[in-house]
Amino acid sequence: MQIIEKRKIFYIISLILLIPGIISLFAQGLNLGIDYKGGSIINVRIEDKEQVSAADVRAALAEVDQDKAEVQKSGSDFFIRTNELTQEQTNELMAVLKAEFNSVEFLGAESVGATIGNELTRNALFSLLIAGVLMLIYITYRFEWAYGVAAVIAILHNVLVVLGVFSLFQWEISSSFIAAVLTIIGYTINDTIIIFDRVRENLRMKRKEPFELLLNKSVMQTLNRTINTVLTTILPLIALLLFGGATIKFFMLAMLAGFIVGAYTSIFISSPLLYEIKNKAA
Amino acid sequence: MQRQPSIVAVIAIAAAILLLGYFAIQPIAQSINLGLDLRGGLRVVLEAQETEGKAVTEDTITKAIGILRTRVDSLGVEETTLYPQGENRVVIEIAGEDDPEAAVDILKNVAQLEFQDEQGNVLVTGENLENAEARMTQSGASTAEVLLEFDKEGAKLFADATKNNVGKPILIVIDDKVISAPNVDEPITDGNAVIRGTFTAEEANNLAVQLRSGALPVSFEVLEKRSVGPTLGADSLDKSLKAGIIGLIAVLIFMLGYYRLPGLIADLSLVIYITLVLGTMSVLGAVLTLPGIAGLALSIGMAVDANVVTYERIKEELRFGKTLGAAIDAGFKRAFWAIFDSNLTTLIAAGVLMYFGTGPIKGFAVTLSIGIIASVLLVLTFTRYMLILFSNVTKNPKLYGVEGGAADANN
Repeated sequence: MQIIEKRKIFYIISLILLIPGIISLFAQGLNLGIDYKGGSIINVRIEDKEQVSAADVRAALAEVDQDKAEVQKSGSDFFIRTNELTQEQTNELMAVLKAEFNSVEFLGAESVGATIGNELTRNALFSLLIAGVLMLIYITYRFEWAYGVAAVIAILHNVLVVLGVFSLFQWEISSSFIAAVLTIIGYTINDTIIIFDRVRENLRMKRKEPFELLLNKSVMQTLNRTINTVLTTILPLIALLLFGGATIKFFMLAMLAGFIVGAYTSIFISSPLLYEIKNKAA
Repeated sequence: MQRQPSIVAVIAIAAAILLLGYFAIQPIAQSINLGLDLRGGLRVVLEAQETEGKAVTEDTITKAIGILRTRVDSLGVEETTLYPQGENRVVIEIAGEDDPEAAVDILKNVAQLEFQDEQGNVLVTGENLENAEARMTQSGASTAEVLLEFDKEGAKLFADATKNNVGKPILIVIDDKVISAPNVDEPITDGNAVIRGTFTAEEANNLAVQLRSGALPVSFEVLEKRSVGPTLGADSLDKSLKAGIIGLIAVLIFMLGYYRLPGLIADLSLVIYITLVLGTMSVLGAVLTLPGIAGLALSIGMAVDANVVTYERIKEELRFGKTLGAAIDAGFKRAFWAIFDSNLTTLIAAGVLMYFGTGPIKGFAVTLSIGIIASVLLVLTFTRYMLILFSNVTKNPKLYGVEGGAADANN
């Protein structure tokens, strides 16, 4: 495959991946979970003989003026999202549910103040920045600055695609999202470096070859590895997504999206980027 | 001549590893501390509220932690951790509490007890309490009351207070809320008092605990609270383990199917890998959280990556027509820096996460980091040794995933 020659096609594919997400980010933003905007989630299991619907639960909550609560049903588990509740309000809410339905079991509750959200966001951005700078330094030290810049742009590209997907589908962003993003970064970088390492090695062996051909060859030589590694990594992810329960669903979705895009990026975007940067610099 | 002993060695090693996996993994896994999200529990972050004339200092927080610890201990739970965070916060983690929500009630309130006269003058405060105890109002009654016992100074103050207010009510105020206002019939000099309200047994008990432990030096607000009931914890553990095992089996099958003999080595090394990672976590006292299990499952994919990189290199060398031994040698040499550089950068990301993350996320970063290091070490030692050992047993290139002899690897 002539990846460098046909790089424009891949840029266009990337734009197609990026633009809807970016528009969505501006238009509807992200669906921030309570970790970021504050609020409460109460997680209960209701195993009534009769089917209890989310609407039933919401109706019951009217008694404590929480009929605006967002109620989500997953099997017999219900997630009740409200504004931030005090401990007393949480207790009242549980009491109402227990009175209304048979066999209400408390599974978990989370309550986060709005100030925490700001801190989390700041920490998240800060950690992304630090990770990015450290990687740039390391790659520059081990390779050349151009490789580092190409890798970091590839990372940004990836993170932006994942953010866009989360915005488009309005999947919830929780504090674990940042963990997913950092893992995606680590993984994209991992993939990209395997390819760049090949470029570095090939450069040492045959200096005469045009850079364009050499890049192509390096990507193709590492292609099997890239595909197999993404396969062995997403197999457990898919298993966790399917069988791992509702708690980590969005965490897994973020990683899955990130890893698939990551493989694409490292094959079709990082090397063309390296080519552009090297060309501009020369 | 080399043949016989090698086959025996290969079978013995494989059998030993499978036995290790079968017998060691479970007990090791059970010795690892589970996070609150898997065993059930409560994590609360309280923030001290500055009020006029009451600055929050390190001393305030230390004192508050002492008081909070007494309260937590009264719950009789197995494991609690209290520690300050930043300048004005206290983090409380309680594991294995059946009713994590109830624990919040007892922690949060300041429990500043005051006896006031009609004019609002403070006569005695909770500082002079010797003891506080809950009891049912009458035997068989559904309401409870709290019995107070003052210390010497308190008894004197209370005696004076009641003497001066005979025929008038005394207000019992907790955290600026009037709980009851009984009329004083006659002076009380024995240093005992009773708070009657409409308490349930539990409420009275909580109040007694709070009064016994003393009032918090400042008021606290719940900044963040996460509680996981025992059912959800067990559920998460069960589901994520099952999913992790399914993922692991999928990877094992894939590696065996795609890489054949080296795939088998990768599979064996995965068994060691998991034992090693769990063992390290157990030794370090690291906490396994739900995201941590996800991280572990994920690291399985990354762990075989070092194998994949190496095997692909070996295949290439074989296609160039090298002998198996030379191909293995060259494969490892060529793959080394790729593996090193790529894993080190991933480790940077995990390290940053470990530094900034809290709770379950930190668990994820720890698991991932241990996994990365273990996988690289394993491929450089075990995989290499096994490949050389296997190459003495059979040199059939088909078993290494290469058809025939020297084909051109250049695309």
